[in-house]
Amino acid sequence: MATIEVSGKTYETDEEGYLVNLAEWNEEVGSYLATTESVEMTDQHWEVINFLRDYYNEFQIAPAVRVLTKAIGKKLGPEKGTSQYLYDLFPYGPAKQACKIAGLPKPTGCV
Amino acid sequence: MSEGAIKKFMFVNRKAPYGTIYALESLEVVLITAAFDQDVSLVFMDDGVFQLKKGQQTKGIENKNFSPTYRALDGYDIEKLYVEAEALAARGLTEDDLLVDVTVMSRAELGKLMDEMDVVLSF
Amino acid sequence: MLHIVNKSSLERNTLDSCLRVANGGAILLIEDAVYAATKGNEAEAKLRDALARFKIYVLGPDLDARGMGDRIMEGVSTVDYGGFVDLVAEHKNCQSWL
Repeated sequence: MATIEVSGKTYETDEEGYLVNLAEWNEEVGSYLATTESVEMTDQHWEVINFLRDYYNEFQIAPAVRVLTKAIGKKLGPEKGTSQYLYDLFPYGPAKQACKIAGLPKPTGCV
Repeated sequence: MSEGAIKKFMFVNRKAPYGTIYALESLEVVLITAAFDQDVSLVFMDDGVFQLKKGQQTKGIENKNFSPTYRALDGYDIEKLYVEAEALAARGLTEDDLLVDVTVMSRAELGKLMDEMDVVLSF
Repeated sequence: MLHIVNKSSLERNTLDSCLRVANGGAILLIEDAVYAATKGNEAEAKLRDALARFKIYVLGPDLDARGMGDRIMEGVSTVDYGGFVDLVAEHKNCQSWL
């Protein structure tokens, strides 16, 4: 099992760098995970991260990209509910990168 | 699968949650199938109706409570959920006990629906 | 003797078999067997008859996991994991009906 260290505290991750224990997540851990993905976090990034965490808390899964895009459009406005918008923020894929930064497991149905 | 060829898929769920892995496995396959834009129906019959029971609290058995995920199906455009009327009655349940909106059907009606499918997967 | 049943009585005949063969003592319902002790389940009448011959228990955490904690039938007692251990210790022997 791999680990990361943030502010002197150790967190377990899986072999792909996803946080093992969702409950241990905080913004500092999120920021650290973002650096491992070379993503520079802005308010727009955090908006998506917080949305993902809320979604997970409600439904206990990380959404597939298509589902995420649609749900973001509904919640944050249609201009943000496009895969273009999400890929601009997370170039290597919102599923892979945003879920990792949000401390969620890899999405089910991510194909 | 060739593009444009939409098939009718039916997932038949007959097992109670947690006692076996079937309910969770079925749910995961359903979520993956949703990516292929097929015509998906879910049927809950026999003990499978227990999967949709409200108020599941799994802390005590240290299992993941996956019942909230059924409420995400709508967002995956999976809207055809059918529940066997006789199974609910035999278990002292009513539609109000279920955590998602469903269509309750008799066994006979479910049998007809099953005949109309291209692919039926049983869990 | 303590009889432990873990299968849903609407899916398997384990509980029926236990009730036919067992000579009294206690029955503990765990996992999917807990549904049998809930109000409105088809097994309710069968279990009510069995209460004349057996003490019947259900494992609370399994009942709660299934969202059935508020509909346990009268006459059946709920135990937690500690109570499970106590039942095993109190009885001379036990049988897990698989």
